Amino acid sequence: MTRKQRRLVLIGGSVGVLAVALALVLFSLSDSIVFFNSPTDIAEKHPSPGTRMRIGGLVKPGSLERGSDLRIRFAVTDGNHDVTVRYQGIVPDLFREGQGVVAEGKLEPDGTIVADTVLAKHDERYMPREVVDALKKSGRWNEGEGHMPASTTQ
Amino acid sequence: MIPELGHYALVLALALAVVQAFVPLIGALYRDATLMRLATSTALAQFVFVAVSFGALTACYVTSDFSVANVFENSHSMMPLVYKFTSVWGNHEGSMLLWVLILSLFGAGVAAFGGNLPVRLKALVLAVQSWIATSFYLFILLTSNPFLRLPQAPFEGRDLNPILQDPGLAIHPPLLYLGYVGFSIAFSFAIAALIEGRIDAAWARWVRPWTLAAWMALTVGIAMGSYWAYYELGWGGYWFWDPVENASLMPWLAGTALLHSAVVMEKRNALKIWTLLLAILAFSLSLIGTFLVRSGVLTSVHTFANDPSRGVFILAILVFFIGGGLTLFAWRAPLLKQGGLFAPISREGALVFNNLFLTTACLTVFVGTLYPLALEALTGEKISVGAPFFNLTFAPLFVPLLVAMPFGPLLAWKRGDIYGAAQRLVAAFGVALVGLAATFVAHGAHGVLAPFGIGLAFFVMVGALVDLAERTGLFRLPLATVKARAAGLPRSAWGTAVAHFGVGVTVLGIVCVTSWASERIVSLKPSQHVSLAGYDVTFDGVGQRNGPNFREMVAHFTVRRGGVVIGAMDPAKRTFATRAMSTTEAALMTRGVSQLYLSLGDTNEDGSVAVRLYHKPLVLLIWLGAVVMMLGGALSLSDRRLRIGAPKPAAKSALQPAE
Repeated sequence: MTRKQRRLVLIGGSVGVLAVALALVLFSLSDSIVFFNSPTDIAEKHPSPGTRMRIGGLVKPGSLERGSDLRIRFAVTDGNHDVTVRYQGIVPDLFREGQGVVAEGKLEPDGTIVADTVLAKHDERYMPREVVDALKKSGRWNEGEGHMPASTTQ
Repeated sequence: MIPELGHYALVLALALAVVQAFVPLIGALYRDATLMRLATSTALAQFVFVAVSFGALTACYVTSDFSVANVFENSHSMMPLVYKFTSVWGNHEGSMLLWVLILSLFGAGVAAFGGNLPVRLKALVLAVQSWIATSFYLFILLTSNPFLRLPQAPFEGRDLNPILQDPGLAIHPPLLYLGYVGFSIAFSFAIAALIEGRIDAAWARWVRPWTLAAWMALTVGIAMGSYWAYYELGWGGYWFWDPVENASLMPWLAGTALLHSAVVMEKRNALKIWTLLLAILAFSLSLIGTFLVRSGVLTSVHTFANDPSRGVFILAILVFFIGGGLTLFAWRAPLLKQGGLFAPISREGALVFNNLFLTTACLTVFVGTLYPLALEALTGEKISVGAPFFNLTFAPLFVPLLVAMPFGPLLAWKRGDIYGAAQRLVAAFGVALVGLAATFVAHGAHGVLAPFGIGLAFFVMVGALVDLAERTGLFRLPLATVKARAAGLPRSAWGTAVAHFGVGVTVLGIVCVTSWASERIVSLKPSQHVSLAGYDVTFDGVGQRNGPNFREMVAHFTVRRGGVVIGAMDPAKRTFATRAMSTTEAALMTRGVSQLYLSLGDTNEDGSVAVRLYHKPLVLLIWLGAVVMMLGGALSLSDRRLRIGAPKPAAKSALQPAE
């Protein structure tokens, strides 16, 4: 083979692999990504039941109910609207009423979300960014929220 | 006094870095050897001053000097001593100081051990290295000064984030940074070569040990981080496709590609331009990783602070080095001479195949990591791209790579014989088929993934052994000859086989855990028990314990197998008063390379406790494989050192090494 032919094989191969990769990426992007919604988004956009989504906000104080077999039910609020989330399993250490939470799961016809993942904050000082944005959008965010009362210094 | 000393030392390091960024360049321009040699002394001095600065911050932590804001924010006088050391880098400012410490360490390494480099190349490399150093010193001093004092010293600190109070913090960040920052040397060499407009096989040989060292550290660093997440976060997962994990995986993929393409360049003087590009990309991805983690763009355990000015500063550094590097590449690379010819089926061809798939896989990770950020910036729409995306894109690209891996070392340079290689791999095919069939029979038709994965893992592992057997003539020649051949085999050949074997080990672990891990999530009252995978775990009761800076609720469990007690597991929940935060300490029981994993959930009023019990078959192989890969790298590195130690390797650079 000449240098030119070899180069063609190389370039052809690379283009082929990249095309396959691109196809895979586009296919998975259309299929496996999950959109984030605030409770207000759900109230306004009325997504169709069965949609997988992430929902973020605060765990509404007083809404947490524990059932048998580690089943729990709580409301996620952004101050304007609430969405009920059902979950079975162990929630993270920092999952508490009044604290930020992100849940991922399927929207049921009755408007509740059956979550398979519940995420809370990693650190007491920070909120999940999606939650902060959702709260900012609903006008319920004041800077400094989420800080510990103890952190009055500085 | 000590914090001021540390601050001052860092300013001096900056001054030295500025000198080192320009004087050797002027020296190179006018071919003034004295000016060029200056870089060696400044690089060494820089390291000394940064080490003093780092030592000063460490001293502040060890003595719990809460007048320093950084110590106050991240330490506690009751914290165990080891965490006082590690919390130096358990925060944004300190971790950046560790970053520049390692950067200056690598710079000093080139200065001290680069005696065989041409004077001009060495001067240029150290100058480029110093540009990077200058920008990061400025970043620390202007936006993230760890030595800031508080007007009034508080009596007690606010404690380190409890998740970070773990031995993992002692190992994971330094190793990861050794990897990230180590690629800066490859970058500096690439930029120096582009400035010089000349590059040859010797260049690849000089860069190789640094790239290899960085790659080894990064490999183990990523594995360590994965193991830490596995036992600390209480989910039992070893990889989450979290953007921060991806940020460390991308430089690893690019670095692995760079290691392989540099071999082609060293042995065959080909793929020069591509190797340069990979050197620039590997470090660019390290910088992007630093940006993602340090700028507060992402929320994760790794994000210590959200200060927009920092993000903008790092973004500026990023744009300057990546943009500048790629511009220089586009301008100068066409001037470089093309290298040797090779057929598509050859060792070079196999390495090109490796590079193609590694970089494409890296690209898909890049897209999956940055697409949500880009989409949010452009449309405000928030999405999350999780494991399903990566399983669908990354895995299909890695499978051909693994299939091809045993073939590569068996092909000859220039023109290989793929049928010959396949014949020699018959043993590997055989073992793979047996593994595949055995898995299929044992576990029935639960999907094809597990049998296929097991077969692939065996193929990779046995393939690596076949390579060694072929080279030493095992089973073909008398034992004495085999021994002599094995002793005469270059260390790098051993290194390749060992590292490739390690990849197979990791794949085996991943396949087993993915296919056969089992879990039970139950609520238990004292004396109740739960069974999983042949183990029987009985809840005995809870106790309280006091740690140095936490209180701990410990649950006691007895593990039985076939009615016989084989041990106890004591998972715990720790409450750290200072931060009003609790962590879950999972209990692990290692059986061979498999693990039983037990973590606690909430306790209820009736005395019952929620527990998560996992059985993780062969899970330790995932990380042991990474350690084996690193050992392979170490073997290869020891080979290099011998060669570099040979008299005047530069003079031989025009010749092809006889291999």
